[in-house]
Amino acid sequence: MKPIDLKPESFQAYPPEARKLATDYLAALQTLPLSFLPSLLREVIDYDYKFPAERKALEGELANMRSLSAVNTPGLPQNAGHREWLGGFEQITLSPHLENLDWLNQPALYVEQLSSHLWTTHQQDAFRAAAMDYATRLRAAVPPEAPATPRLGIAVIGQGVDAYEGHLFRKLRPHGVYFNRIQPENGLPQLLAAVAARAKAHPAPYAHWYIDGGQPAEHDSAITCVSYGGLEAARNALLGKIGADTKQPGMGPEALRTHMAQLLPADLGRKSTDETLDRFQIRLLTEGSGTQIFSTSFTQWAAREALRRAQPLTMLVRFAPRQRQKPMSELLSAASAQTPVELDPLGSLVDGDMGAYYNWLNQQRLPGADRSSFLVWFEGHNTAVAIAPSLSTGTGSTTAGDLSQLLKWMA
Amino acid sequence: MITKYSQSALNRAAALGSNPREVVQRLAWNRREFLRDAAGLVLGGALLSSGVASLAAATPKKRKIVVITFGGGARDQETIAPEGQEYIPHLMSELIPQSSFFTQVVNRGILGHYVATASLATGFYETVNNFASLPPEHPTAFEYFRKQLNRPSSDAWVVAPSNGFNRIGESSHPAYGQGTGATVVLPKHLLAAALASGSSDYEHLLRDNYETPFQVPELKGGGEFQLAQLDQLLKLSVDDFKAHARTLSSPDELSVYIVRQLMQKVAPSLLWITMHDIDIAHAGTYSLYVDGIKRTDRLCAEVWKMIQSEPEYAGNTTMFVLPDFGRDADEDAGGNGFQHHRTGGPLSRTTWMLAMGAGVREGVVYDRPVDATDLVPTLGAMMNFSTPHSQGKPIAELL
Repeated sequence: MKPIDLKPESFQAYPPEARKLATDYLAALQTLPLSFLPSLLREVIDYDYKFPAERKALEGELANMRSLSAVNTPGLPQNAGHREWLGGFEQITLSPHLENLDWLNQPALYVEQLSSHLWTTHQQDAFRAAAMDYATRLRAAVPPEAPATPRLGIAVIGQGVDAYEGHLFRKLRPHGVYFNRIQPENGLPQLLAAVAARAKAHPAPYAHWYIDGGQPAEHDSAITCVSYGGLEAARNALLGKIGADTKQPGMGPEALRTHMAQLLPADLGRKSTDETLDRFQIRLLTEGSGTQIFSTSFTQWAAREALRRAQPLTMLVRFAPRQRQKPMSELLSAASAQTPVELDPLGSLVDGDMGAYYNWLNQQRLPGADRSSFLVWFEGHNTAVAIAPSLSTGTGSTTAGDLSQLLKWMA
Repeated sequence: MITKYSQSALNRAAALGSNPREVVQRLAWNRREFLRDAAGLVLGGALLSSGVASLAAATPKKRKIVVITFGGGARDQETIAPEGQEYIPHLMSELIPQSSFFTQVVNRGILGHYVATASLATGFYETVNNFASLPPEHPTAFEYFRKQLNRPSSDAWVVAPSNGFNRIGESSHPAYGQGTGATVVLPKHLLAAALASGSSDYEHLLRDNYETPFQVPELKGGGEFQLAQLDQLLKLSVDDFKAHARTLSSPDELSVYIVRQLMQKVAPSLLWITMHDIDIAHAGTYSLYVDGIKRTDRLCAEVWKMIQSEPEYAGNTTMFVLPDFGRDADEDAGGNGFQHHRTGGPLSRTTWMLAMGAGVREGVVYDRPVDATDLVPTLGAMMNFSTPHSQGKPIAELL
């Protein structure tokens, strides 16, 4: 099938809202090159389970695509604007194998195989250039919506570490103020209370998050919470499936990845009350790397994906100690889940320090970056870095105060 | 400035809004900083015309070459850039000052470890499946070397991590191929074969592939073949091997132990060592990634010391050290920083190389781009074999 052959009934296998969305924009989809369209359909097919921010972004992109193709007649040469946007993708040469894949109903599988094809045929760089050009144009044509209030990101690192001689916050200090007289008592509850207050002041679905690398602390029900500890049963179920899959004849890395990507919450024993959030959480485990076995990797990836997809106004991320490194085969064994876990708090502190930097980078990619704030705190200790428009950069402060006060200084 | 997410487009392919110009500028900045910080080094461009031929003089013993891939993908900012130099103290203080150092080695091929290492070994950007047990399609340096110089199989060796690397010693090229390449030794397979039954004392040495849970492919002859390698080629008893392995802490340390045995007992002229501990980065744990870099740094210095202390090698050996490629940039929204090497961005494609020892000028930095495929033609020029199927060209500064 070619894109031009798409018809309303082509989307029968799509979930209801996705089907309607695709049908509404059918004329635009028909004009897209096959090197591009399946990656868009990969988003469309998940529309029913997307967060509000990504739904809005997808709708904006499709509307833009429709305006570009409005004067095109399928099968005839495209207008200049369309060519300008997608010309790079038109230049990508595909293989008959790719063209014959079921890109309509399995767009994710297609995109995975397209990636392999691009590398093998040395077209990766050309595709990357086309994609970046497209993204730049899209940002200009469909400017992202400013947040309802300036964003606040918080990272808490170093749980379980009594003392650390190394140089913390090295990458974040140049962007804010280093505080070394923070009163740590009652720190986490103060931070969670601040998140709850923001959730109350700016109520919106999936706008205020708390991600914990262990078991979550008590928190307000208005906050969206994801935790490594809370997904223990799902993680063990997944490791069991990986173990079984790797013993299957003919199963290879690509097939395993495809199988994992198709897993739904119910396949891992989740009884869903919030399908959007549950799918998000399961994807952290099935699409993330290391998220199944290392809590620090899970926490960083969860924050990255939540920022990218849900674009929250507030996010508190608490890194917890991960297990020590063991042979990968053992880490991935479901049986190992039954043995006592030996933790690596110091290594986890280093992981969390880098993870906090990535959280800040990812927050700064969102609209309103010039007004957003970020706080990283060494849990249980008196050091933190605060980044905010109201604060100077690359400086230190010996002012004493607790974390509630520090958040006020950042406001 | 941080690159913005491209909203829903971000999750698509490479619609992943990094600004390549910014990354390139950052790379250039890093390299200039490196030049400034590596005190005592001279910029190489000014020296090019000054009689390099004299350097190649007088190596009375047969020339030997050792290549170490500083494996598993390492970025500038955790190695040669100012903020990364603390992780490579041995390279910074011992090896680089004695080397000709190339600050820009560009890999234009597929950024998977097996296929990229195969490309380094053939001088051609290979396209074999990174996760399949397949030989490179173009002749390897080992095949050129052995065929043209009529060398025995014992004169070219590869010491490699297990994943798929068992086929890297010789190509599927019709003019070369089976029996004409390097002997490949996979230390983890040796150890697995030496262990009569599973022992938890050694599990840390049997760590393998960090990108997939799949274990290594079956090898010809199974355990018997591995044990024969131990006994007949390395002249090493199973008990001695097991006893020493117990003192080591990582797979790459096991590889370097095998390298020592090879140097002492076989003394190959062309020895290729692929490190892999660094690739734990795929698990997303930054601390384990930099631990891997520190270990690899130490092991490179150990290999150089071995070269100096072995009579067969001292004075007539040239050593190369280079990462197979880098990893994704923190600023590239399409990746996840150090964790992977999937974006194909400039930082993941651009890395460095040092060459030191016989015939190589000391303490010189070359800040011009060279290509990853230039390594094989350079080895050929140094050892007097031609590399007609390679895409690269010899690095003039080393000849």
